[in-house]
Amino acid sequence: MVSLRPAPKLPPTSTSPRLSLPKAPAGTVYRGHEGMWSWVLHRITGVGIFFFLLVHIMDTALVRVSPQAYDGVIAEYKNPIMGLGELALVAAIVFHAFNGLRIILIDFWSFGTKHQRGMFWAVIIAWLVVMAGFAPRQLITILEEFPR
Amino acid sequence: MATTLDAPRSRQAPTHPGRRFNVEKWGWIYMRVSGAVLVVLIFGHLFVNLVTGDGVRQIDFAFIAGKYANPFWMVYDTLLLWLALIHGSNGMRTIVNDYVVHATANRFTKYALIAATVLLLVLGTMVIWTFDPCPANGLAKNLPDFCKAVR
Ligand code: HEM
Ligand code: HEM
Repeated sequence: MVSLRPAPKLPPTSTSPRLSLPKAPAGTVYRGHEGMWSWVLHRITGVGIFFFLLVHIMDTALVRVSPQAYDGVIAEYKNPIMGLGELALVAAIVFHAFNGLRIILIDFWSFGTKHQRGMFWAVIIAWLVVMAGFAPRQLITILEEFPR
Repeated sequence: MATTLDAPRSRQAPTHPGRRFNVEKWGWIYMRVSGAVLVVLIFGHLFVNLVTGDGVRQIDFAFIAGKYANPFWMVYDTLLLWLALIHGSNGMRTIVNDYVVHATANRFTKYALIAATVLLLVLGTMVIWTFDPCPANGLAKNLPDFCKAVR
């Protein structure tokens, strides 16, 4: 993992009002802030999507076994629990996608580096907007599946 | 800022000054290039499969037969498969290097990763390019309507 030297004790300055150095020894400008949480979320979502993709390629491969084999497995997915799972998967991939673009902007653009914190919140807002569009659409599907 | 940070993972991997091809550098570039393309491909995939029509519940064999009747979706899915799976397993390699400290365990975890990736790339590509919309073993209720005309 990335090792960070603890922040040196400095007298409070007026030059960086947003970066008030923590009093506890464990604190750094990274740990516990947007930079760390975006990394944690990016890593967790990346692993989740990876394992989904392994299964996804195998279940799609059933179309080469027989139409019945594929439709049989897909029928198992058509229930409210899987509907929520699909919603969670989309939530994870939309975050990973937007935060991935943020990482790319940080790496290639000086503006991105300077504003990585602000861009984290932009990622959250863009994520909320997309999910506000998708969640109702998926919830309609889920509600229709409840046995009547 | 007076806070100094060590360069991440500095001097852990051997560097080869004489070598032209730097694997880590091209891996790094690949993550970014594939990521940018994947945003478009994955959002398109999810939009067509989960938002349009009846949403995710429209998916069945006949739905896929309809898509793969158009070579556009065959090329699209092939690109999606290769870009996403290699991006994902290269990302997993980074994570394995971070957490699997034992040298032998590290090596074998990565062998497993490569094996799974190669196997699924071959399987997935074969599935797309040998897809048969009206296979002989298909029951009429599962087949797309256009198979009636073919049989
Ligand atoms: C939607 C478009 C995507 C974008 C824009 C994107 C972008 C990125 C970027 C920029 C990185 C950082 C690489 C680095 O730190 O050097 C990354 C890491 C990663 N991505 Fe993606 N990615 C996308 C889709 C995917 C998919 C589909 C998967 C899974 C199959 C995936 C799995 C991972 C994993 C496992 C990592 C490693 C995370 C870590 O080291 O903490 N990503 N992604
Ligand atoms: C709940 C979300 C998802 C659903 C319902 C879904 C559905 C499908 C369906 C019906 C197919 C068959 C062919 C087609 O429609 O193009 C397919 C293929 C495929 N999907 Fe998805 N998909 C989802 C998410 C994803 C994600 C997040 C990825 C990428 C990380 C992905 C990657 C692929 C690939 C690579 C193929 C081709 C598989 C092959 O080679 O046989 N899918 N998906």
